[in-house]
Amino acid sequence: MIDFAKIKDMIDSSPIMKDFADIESSKLPEYQVDSKIPEGPIAEKWTNYKAHQKLVNPANKRLLDIIVVGTGLAGASAASTLGELGFNVLNFCIQDSPRRAHSIAAQGGINAAKNYQNDGDSIYRLFYDTVKGGDFRSREANVYRLAEVSNNIIDQCVAQGVPFAREYGGLLANRSFGGAQVSRTFYAKGQTGQQLLLGAYSSLNRQIQKGTVKSFVRREMLDVVIIDGRARGIIVRNLITGEIERYAAHAVVLATGGYGRAFFLSTNAMGCNGSAAVQAFKKGAYLANLAFTQIHPTCIPVHGEDQSKLTLMSESLRNDGRIWVPKKKEDAEAIRAGKKRPTDIPDEDRDFYLERRYPAFGNLCPRDIASRAAKERCDAGYGVGTGNAVYLDFKYAIQRLGEDEVRDRYGNLFDMYQMISDDNPYETPMMIFPASHYTMGGIWVDYELQTSIKGLFAIGECNFSDHGANRLGASALMQGLADGYFVLPYTMQNYLSDQIKVPHFSTDAPEFDEAEKNVRERIAKLMAIKGTKSPDEIHKRLGHVMWDLVGMGRTLQSLVKATEEIEKVRQEFYSDLRIVGSADDLNTELEKALRLEDFLVIAKMMAIDALNRNESCGAHFREEYQTADGEAARRDDEYMYVSCWKYTGDNEKPILIKEPLKYEAIKVQTRNYKS
Amino acid sequence: METTISVNLKIWRQRGPKEKGQFVNYHLDNVSTGSSFLEMLDMLNQQLVEQGEEPVVFDSDCREGICGMCSLYINGHPHGPVQGITTCQLHMRKFHDGETITIEPWRSAGFPVIRDLMVDRNAFDKIQQAGGYVSFNCGGAPDANSTPISKEVADVAMDSATCIGCGACVAACKNGSAMLFVSAKVSQFALLPQGQVERKRRARAMVAKMDELGFGNCTNTGACAAECPKSIPLSNIARLNREFINAKCSE
Repeated sequence: MIDFAKIKDMIDSSPIMKDFADIESSKLPEYQVDSKIPEGPIAEKWTNYKAHQKLVNPANKRLLDIIVVGTGLAGASAASTLGELGFNVLNFCIQDSPRRAHSIAAQGGINAAKNYQNDGDSIYRLFYDTVKGGDFRSREANVYRLAEVSNNIIDQCVAQGVPFAREYGGLLANRSFGGAQVSRTFYAKGQTGQQLLLGAYSSLNRQIQKGTVKSFVRREMLDVVIIDGRARGIIVRNLITGEIERYAAHAVVLATGGYGRAFFLSTNAMGCNGSAAVQAFKKGAYLANLAFTQIHPTCIPVHGEDQSKLTLMSESLRNDGRIWVPKKKEDAEAIRAGKKRPTDIPDEDRDFYLERRYPAFGNLCPRDIASRAAKERCDAGYGVGTGNAVYLDFKYAIQRLGEDEVRDRYGNLFDMYQMISDDNPYETPMMIFPASHYTMGGIWVDYELQTSIKGLFAIGECNFSDHGANRLGASALMQGLADGYFVLPYTMQNYLSDQIKVPHFSTDAPEFDEAEKNVRERIAKLMAIKGTKSPDEIHKRLGHVMWDLVGMGRTLQSLVKATEEIEKVRQEFYSDLRIVGSADDLNTELEKALRLEDFLVIAKMMAIDALNRNESCGAHFREEYQTADGEAARRDDEYMYVSCWKYTGDNEKPILIKEPLKYEAIKVQTRNYKS
Repeated sequence: METTISVNLKIWRQRGPKEKGQFVNYHLDNVSTGSSFLEMLDMLNQQLVEQGEEPVVFDSDCREGICGMCSLYINGHPHGPVQGITTCQLHMRKFHDGETITIEPWRSAGFPVIRDLMVDRNAFDKIQQAGGYVSFNCGGAPDANSTPISKEVADVAMDSATCIGCGACVAACKNGSAMLFVSAKVSQFALLPQGQVERKRRARAMVAKMDELGFGNCTNTGACAAECPKSIPLSNIARLNREFINAKCSE
């Protein structure tokens, strides 16, 4: 182990942090966070909470309006369930239909502690694996609740008619994902996200038909309206007409996904953005753990500058594929020069580096570890393709199972690979490389999924709560649906129960006038720049800065440089942006510019959060903090907390607020996937 | 090997649903053959923005063939000339240097043009809202393994459920029929035990909504299935017909 005391003297950035953030105010009593974790043993907390929480009676539910922004797994499941309960729900999305939300692209599966395979799974084990996978930076009580409701999700989805994969006997099939030694992942071919989202969409449609949910498509939220300290509405831009519209409600739920496109290139959809989170941040909601961004190990490598996005190859491929690079540098060089093909390298000259380094989990070690190991090999000169790629080889699976069985399991993924890369993965190994995929950090919420603004809730990927510093595969779908179907519909009532006397809000309130005015001024300001660069050009620049300096390996120097570079991009944005077309009309360039303006805020906060966290944990790898064999070295004494950030102004330092993490049900230890 | 090509583009441009549209020609150089079709359009738009012109408006989101947001009639085929993929999965290596590529929006009365290549597919949501679900409230579900479903049935239901709702079937059909889209959802639920209770009501309601929204009748030519990016088979339409007749007869 490294000598932390020594390194601390050398590079501890707390003096530096003073230049970037207000780290002193957090001691003031008004900045203490209340996570509202219920009393009692871990296994009884959620039951106790539900038994004692306040509810809203059916006749009163009709009197309450709820805005849900987003229609992914979290948003659609929350909107439909709140509608089923009898609330009036207003549901918004930026796409042309709720069914397009990016949850639809999740491939591999959804975890649940059903133990249908009789392989030793349990709620506790799923909870344990998730906390350990998150490198002990998630909130224990939330994760336990997640594991607890995981089984209900599978029941719910099957009842909706989700066609999960089945065994010949007619029961549900499972497969394994990274970070687990049991088979607990339910799946529908390589399209699990699609099937789960269409299930939630079908329930949503039923409520839209009934009139409990009103659906607003092609609308983008541009502000949260706060009245007397509570979230009471939103301002949206109608993406077809360019009109600015106002909507009021008793409470607002954000289900707007992650901010992974801060890297420009990512596996996220083109429209994915962090804007709702930034609007909430500017209105007083804390952003938490922004440094925790997941870089997924198995994506198709970048091909060139014109690339718009990266394509993920499901983690399920690691069940049967073996990852390797050449053992000899000269072989790697020959492959890169096109002089040798991967099939020319005999088995004894292949370095199956994950199996070598992590014998117990092998190719199924967690994502952060697999990504870093790939980067390590490529940085050391063993990369293939452009030098930034490793092989994922199915030769061995085909030998063991036959090509037909491999086709049956992964056929659609192989087809997708072939379409993009023009290579046949049945004959030659796939090339893969890590890419930005998911953001564990996000809007801070308490146990009730309420943000630091009363009446404003955040669910799914856009909140920070359940995955700690690294999310395990097949857990995003689980969390989105857990929040939407089984957690928020309960916890929200605890807030709404005293709102029944509050009449329906009018959008004529001065707070709405003010919010709309701000939105109009913001748009006018961007339109008036009239520079020379398109939003995409500037976004690509930001992406390079983020990938190079706030990517898989971060250092004090790289992060300080990142803040400077982000500032330069920001200057360029405000001085040289060009938006063609008009603001009062359909304008895709304006949409991109508004999202990019918010990514610039998030990007800076990501760098500051990473700078503050002088340790390596999960996906956050600070190169100064590693063990002798290159593993992440956590510093539990100093950093076992959630870093929450409070906005104080565009050019002001954000305030750091710490939510300490306590582990009572699990013994904190060093993650070990070796033995 | 990746090379670069030049292409001539003939693109349909239309300001709004009620305005007259026209083809506009563009030329684009240095298109990498490894780029996707939509990345090529991104390049064109970048070029247009640099010239101060408004970019060509088209829908796209996931860019991996699953969200159903992208569309485009390319050289006379929905989602382009390659079968079994969406436009976002089409790569420029499928085109040759100097080729003229014609790009149009979905052409169907059911999908009015919003601008350029972007159309309004809200009708598909309305059809789903009419009955594309199993009616039960969250929380009331029995254990997931309490009803075994044979693998064969689950697999066929999955094949139907694969529909991404892009609308290529309607665009490909001379009658602008939405039968393949409707039949995929009706089939999924007709095959699974969960869908049995509302089986007849669902078939009646979804077909009625489809008719109400102005989608035409089936031509029996199979253009929809041939052009479907997810290869949803025509047998779904046969099943829908059986389901519908059965439901009507028992009214």
